[in-house]
Amino acid sequence: MKISSELSRFGELRVGHELPQRVFECGNVQLMLYNASLWNVHRIHFDEPYAREVEGYPGLVLAGPMLGDWLHQCVEEWLGEDGQIFSIDYSNRVATFVGATLIAGGEITALRPDSREAEIDVYIKNQYGDVVTPGQIVVRFADAG
Amino acid sequence: MSVLSEDLLANIGLRSEPRRELVTRRDIRKYAVATGNRQRKYLDGDLAPPMFHVPLFWDVVELDQLTPDGVSIDTLLPKFPLEKAMAGGLNIDYHLPVRPGDWLTATRTLTDIYEKVGRSGPLIFYEVVMDVVNEDDELVIREKTTRILR
Repeated sequence: MKISSELSRFGELRVGHELPQRVFECGNVQLMLYNASLWNVHRIHFDEPYAREVEGYPGLVLAGPMLGDWLHQCVEEWLGEDGQIFSIDYSNRVATFVGATLIAGGEITALRPDSREAEIDVYIKNQYGDVVTPGQIVVRFADAG
Repeated sequence: MSVLSEDLLANIGLRSEPRRELVTRRDIRKYAVATGNRQRKYLDGDLAPPMFHVPLFWDVVELDQLTPDGVSIDTLLPKFPLEKAMAGGLNIDYHLPVRPGDWLTATRTLTDIYEKVGRSGPLIFYEVVMDVVNEDDELVIREKTTRILR
């Protein structure tokens, strides 16, 4: 009997397994494109004098949902075509800024063989090691066969 | 004493008008590029990446409707007695894939308002659920946003 690669991959997963990290460095061009793709006109994302002088930030603020997207990307790049993201929970806890070096990563915290699901604690950390965006993603691996 | 009046709590259950939008390859490609995505299927626009519903259903606000800080007013929300926004959270369930050519309809519902006492005083929590369905009325995505005001 042929054992599919998906079956063997899920079987090889272990709680505590760490996903490959990915570094994100968002400049003002990428931040502009992101907010343009949403139609997000919040001034703290594109008007630097306003962000600094009126709102008191040290620079242009990265949009919270973009960091949420990065959590998905970190998991999907690890997952490949072997399954899909079923759900995510996350929150933006600490503001981040243009020019920051941010690191996305994750660790498997639970495996559910019956539903072929893995629970992954995911995070984005800033350059000081603070978790700025914690979350949890559930992925479901494709059926074997 | 509660900061939440009966009148305020009566807003729980308020629902937005459904919004129907077309998913296009071009919009998927722009979003994939803007988020730094590295997967070809998204960069080519063959499939929408997770969270593509965020740009698809972001309010298209006219210039004279913007507040000075550039934030649009969410007409689903009542006026809260606390107004300083703190960190909030997002929960998203993905049920079906999204592809170019799909017509999707989103409806937002204010599902809860409650309070807790924090270290610096009362906090108001509210939850908005956005259901995205396809043309066969099948649930594609359910997103729950929780926001905290102090």
